[in-house]
Amino acid sequence: MSDLDPHAAPAEHASAPPPAAVHSDMSDGEWHRMHPLSPLLRGGLTLIVIIGILVANLRDRLIAFFLPENFRWDEEDPVDFVLQNGIAVQAIVVVVVGLVVLLAIFWTAWRFHTFRITGDEVEVRSGVLFRTHRRAPLDRVQGVNLTRPALARLVGLAKLEVVGAGLDANVKLEYLSTRNAETVRGDILRLASGHRAKDAAARPAAADGRLSSRVSAGLSEIVDGVDDDGAEPESIVRVPMSRLILAGLLSGSTIWFVLIVVAVIVGLVLQPVWIIPALGASVPAAIGFGTYAIRQFIKTVRYSIAPSSAGVRITFGLLTTVTETLPPGRVHAVDIRQPLLWRWGGWYRIRVNKLSGRSASDASAAQMGDVLPIGTQADVERVLRLLLPSLHIDAPLLDAGLRGPRDGDGYLTSPARARVIDPLTWRRNGILVLPQAVLMRTGRLWPKLTILPLARLQSVRISQGPLARRLGLAALTGHTVMGPVSGTIESLDHEQAYAQWNAITAAAVAEASAESSSSTDGGERNAVEVEWPEAAPSLTPPEAPVSSARPAWAPPAPPAPPAEDR
Amino acid sequence: MTTSPDPRNPATGSPTPIDETFTSILEPRGSSRLPLGDGQWRQLSRKYVIGQIVGYLVLMVLAAAAVLTLWLMFEATWPFIPGAIMFAVALVALVVTPRQARSIGYQLREDDLVFRRGILWQRMVSVPYGRLQLVDITHGPLDRMLGIAQLKLVTAAASTGVTIPGLPQADAEQLRDTLIEVAETRRTGL
Repeated sequence: MSDLDPHAAPAEHASAPPPAAVHSDMSDGEWHRMHPLSPLLRGGLTLIVIIGILVANLRDRLIAFFLPENFRWDEEDPVDFVLQNGIAVQAIVVVVVGLVVLLAIFWTAWRFHTFRITGDEVEVRSGVLFRTHRRAPLDRVQGVNLTRPALARLVGLAKLEVVGAGLDANVKLEYLSTRNAETVRGDILRLASGHRAKDAAARPAAADGRLSSRVSAGLSEIVDGVDDDGAEPESIVRVPMSRLILAGLLSGSTIWFVLIVVAVIVGLVLQPVWIIPALGASVPAAIGFGTYAIRQFIKTVRYSIAPSSAGVRITFGLLTTVTETLPPGRVHAVDIRQPLLWRWGGWYRIRVNKLSGRSASDASAAQMGDVLPIGTQADVERVLRLLLPSLHIDAPLLDAGLRGPRDGDGYLTSPARARVIDPLTWRRNGILVLPQAVLMRTGRLWPKLTILPLARLQSVRISQGPLARRLGLAALTGHTVMGPVSGTIESLDHEQAYAQWNAITAAAVAEASAESSSSTDGGERNAVEVEWPEAAPSLTPPEAPVSSARPAWAPPAPPAPPAEDR
Repeated sequence: MTTSPDPRNPATGSPTPIDETFTSILEPRGSSRLPLGDGQWRQLSRKYVIGQIVGYLVLMVLAAAAVLTLWLMFEATWPFIPGAIMFAVALVALVVTPRQARSIGYQLREDDLVFRRGILWQRMVSVPYGRLQLVDITHGPLDRMLGIAQLKLVTAAASTGVTIPGLPQADAEQLRDTLIEVAETRRTGL
């Protein structure tokens, strides 16, 4: 399966990654094929099923079309029919030819679907008539997802999705054997984060023992990716099954469901005539809700989050197992919420904004909503430390954010005159600007804390409507990449909000230039960039000496190594 | 171009004669409005209002023509309702546009671009230069006739939404070049 591709012209031979940095034979800078079973999993099975359904439904017409008039079809089993009419040979020939054609199609598709990993990018070529060629530059890689759909797991395959920065910028390697997929993922992440030198030393000891253990682990093994240190990282959060079930039962959608059921019952007691339409409407709704709840449950079961040298590794899913690796510094916004009834257990959930690289139409199941589906305050603290290593989050800070206000917590809160429009939350509404991030807290019944890392903040807005102007209030919004998290804080004093708006913008500029000047550990790519200031010295602003030290003009700065405090 | 763009201090130098653009920001009344801050605001071309008014008038004429056609040919009276609504909306827009145009402004500060707009609903967005992904200039046929252009700033966040309409053509091009230069020296990773 790792034979060389005959289509690879010698002219486009690219630089192979340094052998010390890669563990897999497949990441040697040459073209490789996917696993031979890939076409079957990538839609081949669907094709067979569709053909089967078509034949089953249209067989009368097919037979009438292909056979002469005198053949009568009398609703019998097709095998009996074939035997009775003495056309067994023809039937077998047709079936065999059909199979051969199908196999030929699969084989050609497989032959033409190749990928390679060079020192600079990951490339995939596919298609027979319409060739497509996708590249993901390694310095833009936002993460690598390893997905194992239920069917692929049975045959020991997995697919990799290299997440790029941009809409529909992902490169998918479908499918590789699980072991290859894991080593290739490790290679891509390592190449992307420019860890080459460090890794070369630690490599030989780690490789062999892991390989043999993986082979023996077999099909039922829980996915855990290749860790560069050889040791399996342990999940820092345990989510007991009972808590997961309870949380599902206490979630917002359940409350709505119960309310609707009660409303329907009350309505029926008052107006029994409507029983038929009511049942007709609520049965599909109930089924829909049930599938939703079960799907949510299946997705969050077997959740684990662990640090690895390439970033934060999150695994989840019962049937389709997905392993996402989020390199450090790729978290654009974090939001911690507590649905109304979760207060009883003191649970929270964490969601993040990140670049997913998917097109808007790609609604694949391997989409992760929550970084932490449910956890206690201590869990939240641990996960936040992992996600935002540069932000020093300690218990009092988190406590003030989640349950504040506390005395002397430093938050700038709404003035008392905001009571008119925010009777419940005005005391809690608050914003805190730290050197690395902005914290926004709001909500009393539905507490919410949003953390926007300043280095990733795209723009800041201050706004004021007519009512807010009357009261002397204003709202602040931080803009980040698309995602479930949005950072807005309403009803601040307008002058303080204006000062904060300026402060946040200044801090965002400072933090970004500080980050790009500290992450100089990026491998060879920096050699190109160093020449820039000499080429255009007058363009470098004297006010920002940090950025002139290393202007990250072309590729975004390579991610800072996790160990290093940037 | 009378002055060359100076990326060290982008706030200086505009190639357009000062009387071609609006000269003062129209602010909401009331003491608790958002402050304008220091620095010089640069504003839209006066021709932007002409362009908008012509646009709305054309829209009104087209709507009236459609309604009249339907009425005269098919004796349908219902198109008068949507027609009247459209007419009213366009009329309000016609009244508001000249004021609104004067409320739009931008400022090139040391590290970021500030865009403001709105009187009743005031908002200001600050975009650090390093976050700019690309700068778009568009001008339609009418814009070209009037010599104005629309500038759109794109960051990685879709919600940034900074679109400066009706800039004098030379201003827009100079601003684009300046922004791209400054953005390149300060580009940050995603």
